[in-house]
Amino acid sequence: MALSQGWVKRYFKAFCKGFFVAVPVAVTFLDRVACVARVEGASMQPSLNPGGSQSSDVVLLNHWKVRNFEVQRGDIVSLVSPKNPEQKIIKRVIALEGDIVKTMGHKNRYVKVPRGHIWVEGDHHGHSFDSNSFGPVSLGLLHGHATHILWPPERWQKLESVLPPERLPIQSEEDCLRGSP
Amino acid sequence: MLRGVLGKTFRLIGYTIQYGCIAHCAFEYVGGVVMCSGPSMEPTIQNSDIVFAENLSRHFYGIQRGDIVIAKSPSDPKSNICKRVIGLEGDKILSNSPSGFFKSHSYVPVGHVWLEGDNLQNSTDSRYYGPVPYGLIRGRIFFKIWPLNDFGFLRDSPNGHRFSDD
Repeated sequence: MALSQGWVKRYFKAFCKGFFVAVPVAVTFLDRVACVARVEGASMQPSLNPGGSQSSDVVLLNHWKVRNFEVQRGDIVSLVSPKNPEQKIIKRVIALEGDIVKTMGHKNRYVKVPRGHIWVEGDHHGHSFDSNSFGPVSLGLLHGHATHILWPPERWQKLESVLPPERLPIQSEEDCLRGSP
Repeated sequence: MLRGVLGKTFRLIGYTIQYGCIAHCAFEYVGGVVMCSGPSMEPTIQNSDIVFAENLSRHFYGIQRGDIVIAKSPSDPKSNICKRVIGLEGDKILSNSPSGFFKSHSYVPVGHVWLEGDNLQNSTDSRYYGPVPYGLIRGRIFFKIWPLNDFGFLRDSPNGHRFSDD
């Protein structure tokens, strides 16, 4: 009788100790280092979800890379939707602060991206709810940088940071600093 | 001897990681102590006041008009701003021009809030950079703990109610 009670108490103590170590570490890892997410929708075709509704890609989101809010043009990033804070959207970075973008479907033809903001677009123009609808987004909404496709296995690949040449900014911040017209 | 030192170092690193993770979870999901700087929320919050912020409201989308919130600055994601929520999405915001001649109004877009400091003369807020996306809000301030002569729950806005909900 006394032996089994001692066993239960020791087990309970070990469980609590493990629980209070494992859960915070796991949660912190998923919030700060990296996590995995399933992509839904067709706004990033053909880079993500080329098969449409048949199969959704699962991507690796790297939080550690964006901890200082450093992104490059062409990166595929996930961010909190400015229209619906409960949702995350995944788009490609087209322009950084200071760039002048030629928009596709925005109310202004040319937009200069303000300080602390970025311009994001989906690869599938016309089927994408992106900066052409809601304007430049604040860098504070940045969630993670999608670096690899993990599932399905036949689509294992590293996602490249390429900017389609027709979407290059009209004038970039570096051009302004170098003094070109 | 070396094994003892190595063992102690690993244990120290282990404890640091463990308590660091607990601290992250506590601040991210529960709340924490924050020191505010700047004059934009006077007289409610003075420079160098220490307040208690809770982060549960923003996760449950329970931020209301009149709440004082901490948010990431729209123009500098590495710094935080501390303002009062004047309007939620869909609210009509009345703005006065300096001469008081033209009174125009605009609506707060979906997914955004309108923030203003209590010290209207000395505050850079939504009147300058526009509505702020809800996703930038970090937490809600509800209790002041320093200075001790001002200990307690925070007051309502001294500017009265300038918002009208349709």
